[in-house]
Amino acid sequence: MRRETLFNTALCLGLVAFPLWAQATDQPFLITLATRAVILALAGVGLNIALGLGGLVSLGHAAFFGIGGYAMGILASHAQNYDPLIEWPLSIEGTTSMPVIWLIALAASALAALAIGALSLRTSGVYFIMITLAFGQMFYYFAISWPAYGGEDGLSIYVRNGFPGLNTLDPLTFYGLSLAMLALGLVVAWQLARSPFGLALNAARQSAMRARTVGLSPYGLRLTAFVISGTLTGLAGALFADLNRFVSPTMFSWQTSGEIVVFVILGGVARLFGPVAGAVLFVTLEHVLGGVSDYWHIYLGALLLGVVLFARGGLIGSICGPAVRHD
Amino acid sequence: MTDPVLAVRGLCKRFGALAASRDISFDLRQGEIHALIGPNGAGKSTLIAQLAGGLKPDAGQVILNGDDVTALDTAARARRGLARTFQVSDLAGEDTVLQNAVLGALGATGRRPRLFGNALGPGALRGRAHAALERTGLGDVAAQRVADLSHGQRRLLEIAVALTLSPRVFVMDEPMAGLDGAGALRLRAMLAGLKAEAPILLVEHDMDAVFALADRISVLVEGRIIATGTVDEVRVDVDVRRAYLGDAP
Ligand SMILES: Nc1ncnc2c1ncn2[C@@H]1O[C@H](COP(=O)(O)OP(=O)(O)O)[C@@H](O)[C@H]1O
Ligand SMILES: [Mg+2]
Repeated sequence: MRRETLFNTALCLGLVAFPLWAQATDQPFLITLATRAVILALAGVGLNIALGLGGLVSLGHAAFFGIGGYAMGILASHAQNYDPLIEWPLSIEGTTSMPVIWLIALAASALAALAIGALSLRTSGVYFIMITLAFGQMFYYFAISWPAYGGEDGLSIYVRNGFPGLNTLDPLTFYGLSLAMLALGLVVAWQLARSPFGLALNAARQSAMRARTVGLSPYGLRLTAFVISGTLTGLAGALFADLNRFVSPTMFSWQTSGEIVVFVILGGVARLFGPVAGAVLFVTLEHVLGGVSDYWHIYLGALLLGVVLFARGGLIGSICGPAVRHD
Repeated sequence: MTDPVLAVRGLCKRFGALAASRDISFDLRQGEIHALIGPNGAGKSTLIAQLAGGLKPDAGQVILNGDDVTALDTAARARRGLARTFQVSDLAGEDTVLQNAVLGALGATGRRPRLFGNALGPGALRGRAHAALERTGLGDVAAQRVADLSHGQRRLLEIAVALTLSPRVFVMDEPMAGLDGAGALRLRAMLAGLKAEAPILLVEHDMDAVFALADRISVLVEGRIIATGTVDEVRVDVDVRRAYLGDAP
């Protein structure tokens, strides 16, 4: 078996075994921590489609993460207050059903990604980074100044949303749901990477001219990738809101965008399990170093510097070597 | 006489004070190799960029299969059957040879690439890609990364990708550049056979190859075409000899 396959398998086994162990040893806090890692990993898997496959350095993915979060927050807060979402022209109620919330989060973030992508992808390089950052900040300030849903203070949801047939309040069950969504995201990312679309997108990343010369439009390819990417990150946002039972403008902040980029870079850009490894490492560091010092971000910064300078392939790259292209 | 497959009418392009294309008109007819020669800096690559769509002319038209394509971008012209190779190889360097060829096969379908399935799995794409690689003698290195290829192999891969497009016209910018003698001869034989499939506009410095292959030759000097004719006509053209071949008058 290839080393990377081995690494990924071990990571998967760990993601299954760790929460079971935490359950057995009665440490529900660790399950919550693992859930956090899994959800953030999904956000990173989303970004990696744009960043890794498409070469699109988006510093605005918090927009989609936040939209997913607010989709959950808005729908659930209306439901918990028995206050219809809209009354005219027809009455639409809020909901506390996870599957419904997820679908709406997916649709909302896809739409946002389509609009943001359509405009941002007219630029490239550092301008693309800046314009995606600006879009993220637009959403951030909008959320802050929108009093109906908590403004700066955010929005608390008192009951975790439900999933038919499951007790979502059980940490292990909610972890399982999150893991299932991560698995889904990984399947999507894997499938995209090996598809004709993935091949074309990856070629356009290396040379836009090459893609054009064979009659393919880099813009169309990138926009499609950006929408799928933002949609997955939006789903992660909805899960994240449910994990915390709280949404706030912080989800939209540029720090959040930066952290999602960090997961991908830490774990390994364009590696299928890169964002998973990165998010697990990030959450572990946050937990361990956060216990040692409030300023743990300094250590994280040093680590990132090390990765960027000495280990471009991230964690997976340094353990498993350069990516092997399948034939 | 049949309509030209590719034609240029009154093409002009300036870079600031430099006139890189000055009122260029020429055509490429079915079944021919039309060579474009001229000293370095004459404006050959600039002309090709305007043909392929990467560069907008200041004035003039590019006509492909009878349609004015001046306003169309590179991808649209490629979909209409224009296959171009670069003077400096422009390939997906991290990808394998096969992946680059499959990319061409994907473009040749004229459709948006599918989001599912395996791009490299057995099927039409792979078949078309392999056929082009076999024709260019790259079948054995299909699994190698482009970055690990020799310079000559990269030149051949440029042509293989163009072949996957089954184009209606080839536009090649110095395909022989950097090939060793044997490689250049092999490529020469290949181009001689290729022109039956689609005419070739050939920019080339290898004069032996040009004189052996070309049905017609145009000479470009300082952005202007100073002569067009058969090999023999151009060979004896004194102006050309003075401007380009370096002969004393
Ligand atoms: N993008 C550009 N901007 C400014 N000058 C250019 C540009 N591209 C080419 N040139 C100039 O135009 C002239 C023709 O270049 P080129 O078409 O590459 O010549 P050739 O391919 O015949 O050697 C050269 O003097 C070159 O320096
Ligand atoms: Mg040139």
